[in-house]
Amino acid sequence: MPKWITQVGCPYCGSSCDDLEVLVSDDGRKVLETRNACVIGNEIFHHASSPNRPTRPRMRQEDGTVKEITYDEAIDYTAKALLKAKKPLIYGFGSTNCEGMSAVGRVAEKAGAVLDNCASICHGPSFLAIFDNGYPSCTLGEVKNRADVVLFWGCNPMHAHPRHTSRYSIFPRGFFTTKGNMQRTIICVDPRETDTAKLADIHLMIDQGHDYELFDAFRTVLRGHDIPDVVAGIKKEQILEAAGKMKNGRFVMIFYGMGCCHTDGRNHNVDIAISTTRDLNSHTKASIMAMRGHYNIAGPGQVWSWQFGFPYCVDLSRGTHAHMNPGETSSIDLAMRDEVDCFVNVGTDAGAHFPIEAVRHLKKHPFITVDPNICMASEISDLHIPVRVVGVEEPGVVYRMDNVPIQFKKVIDGPDGVPSDEELFDKVYERMCELTETEPIWILNRGHAHGSSTAEQ
Amino acid sequence: MKEKIVLNMITQRAIEEGQAMEKGKTTPEYFKACSIVEMNPEDMKKLGIWRNTNVRVTSEAGSVIVKAIEPTQYVPPGLAHIRQGVWANQVVPPRTQSTGTPQYSGFPVTIEPAIDERIKTALELVQGAVGLWKEGGN
Repeated sequence: MPKWITQVGCPYCGSSCDDLEVLVSDDGRKVLETRNACVIGNEIFHHASSPNRPTRPRMRQEDGTVKEITYDEAIDYTAKALLKAKKPLIYGFGSTNCEGMSAVGRVAEKAGAVLDNCASICHGPSFLAIFDNGYPSCTLGEVKNRADVVLFWGCNPMHAHPRHTSRYSIFPRGFFTTKGNMQRTIICVDPRETDTAKLADIHLMIDQGHDYELFDAFRTVLRGHDIPDVVAGIKKEQILEAAGKMKNGRFVMIFYGMGCCHTDGRNHNVDIAISTTRDLNSHTKASIMAMRGHYNIAGPGQVWSWQFGFPYCVDLSRGTHAHMNPGETSSIDLAMRDEVDCFVNVGTDAGAHFPIEAVRHLKKHPFITVDPNICMASEISDLHIPVRVVGVEEPGVVYRMDNVPIQFKKVIDGPDGVPSDEELFDKVYERMCELTETEPIWILNRGHAHGSSTAEQ
Repeated sequence: MKEKIVLNMITQRAIEEGQAMEKGKTTPEYFKACSIVEMNPEDMKKLGIWRNTNVRVTSEAGSVIVKAIEPTQYVPPGLAHIRQGVWANQVVPPRTQSTGTPQYSGFPVTIEPAIDERIKTALELVQGAVGLWKEGGN
C-alpha cells in the first residue's frame, strides 16, 4: 500500500513550508503524489524520482565527454584539488541542510578556502545593513497572528514564495487577525504591477532604482515634515496615504526582497528600510524581514557564524583566522579578479545564476559540482558528484527566512550508493587528512561528542 | 520606428521559471520560461516589432538573443524584464558596488530586432561561454 507521509518540509523557497503531505510507493522509493505543495515544491518531489538523474560521479575527459567514476575516485580528486589550490572557493548551499554546511566548513578550514553562500549574490547587502543598523525582526508566526499592515517592498512572493501570502502574510486568520485578509492593509512597492501588487490595497509603482528616495520620503513624513510633490515617481498624496495607513496600523510588517538588494544602493536601501522600521516604532509596532530565497539559505549564516564568526564571504585562506570583507572576499569579485584557483559549487547552480563573465573566469581552474541534479554548473564541471536530495531523501535541520530552525524529514530512500552532502564532505575531509598526514580532529571530536551523548542516554 | 531602443533592465524570479528550473535547466519548459524579454507594447511599437519577435539584447557585459513578449506582469514603458536564469545572466553586469552582489537589476540595455537570429539553448550558452559546446551536445 502506498503511504501518506504528513508534516513534510518543502525544500524550495524561504517560506520552508512544513505542512506538506507526500504519497510514497510501497517500496519507499518513489513519490507518487503531493498535497499542500505549490507547483514548484510539487515539481521537486516528483523530480527526485526521475530516471534521468545521475547516480555516479562523472569526470570530464579531454575530448569534453564525461565518464562515470567511483565515489572513492571522486573524493580523492576533490581532496587533491582542494589541497593543491592556493585559494579555493567553495560556494553554494542554497539547497542543502545545516549538517552538510557544517561538514563543508570543516573541509574549507582544512583547505584554507574561501567559503561563500548564495546570500553573496542575493541578500548579502542585507547582512551589511544589518551589521550597521540592527535587525528589528520577528517570526512569521507573529506576522500571521499580529500584522494588520503588510508592506511588500521589491519582492514578489506570489512568484518567488508562492505560499507565503496564504500561510503568513495576507490571507491567514491569526490570533489578533481573526478576519484574515479583510483585516489587513496590503501595500506594495514595485516598478512592475506584479501579481503581488495586484493583491495590494495600495500599489506604489516606483521608478526603478529609486528605492532609497522613497524610503527617505516615508521617514520624512513619519517625522512630520513636508515632502516634494513627486518622489521616485510617486505622488505626494499616495505617499501620505500609505504612511497614514502604516502609522495607524497596530502592527506593521515590512517584507523586502531583491528589488532593494539587486539594484543601485544595495545595502543602503536595506539600511534605510531598517531605519524606517525604527521610525515607525515611535508610532506603532513595526517589524522587518528579508524575503530569503531558499528553504535553508538562512542556514549557512547561522552555521558559519557559529563556526567562524561570519555568515558569508568567509576567507579562511590565511590559515590563522577567518576574515570577511564583501567586495574583496565575495565570490563574484574573487572570480572577476581571478583570485581563486579551484571552484567547488555545492547545492546551487553558479553556471546558470552567476553573470556569465564570472563563470568564464572560474572555469580556468578545476571546477567541481556537488548537486543531486544535472544543472548548468554540472555540465561545465570537470567533476560532477551527485548527492541525495535534502528534504526528499535526506533529513536535516533547515533555517526558515525568519531564522527559525525546522527539522526536515526524508520521505523516500535515495538511489543506492549515493551519499548525503555531509557524508561526502566528511570523506573528503578524511582523505585530505590522510594526504597531509594529519589527525582528522573534527571527525575524532565528533565521534567523541556522539559517544558521550549516547552514554548520557 | 527606430532601429534600436535603450531600456532599463531588471532580472527577477517568476513562478514559471522556478517550476521549470526544478524540472531541469535542459528542458524545453525552462527554455520557454526564461529565453524571453518582457517589454511594454509602446516600446515594441517604437522599435517596430510585433510581439513574439526575436530581439538582440546588449548590455555593457554582453549580448543575447531572446524573444520579446508582452508583459505577463505589467511593465511600464522604459523598463524591460528578463526572468532570472541563463539568458538574463548573459547580459547582467558583474559589477558589485563592493558588496559582492552583481547588478542584477537596473542596468541599461540596447534592444534591436533580430528576426532571423536563433535563440540559443541554455546549454549552448553556458558551455559555449567556456569552450565546451559541441553541435549535437556532448
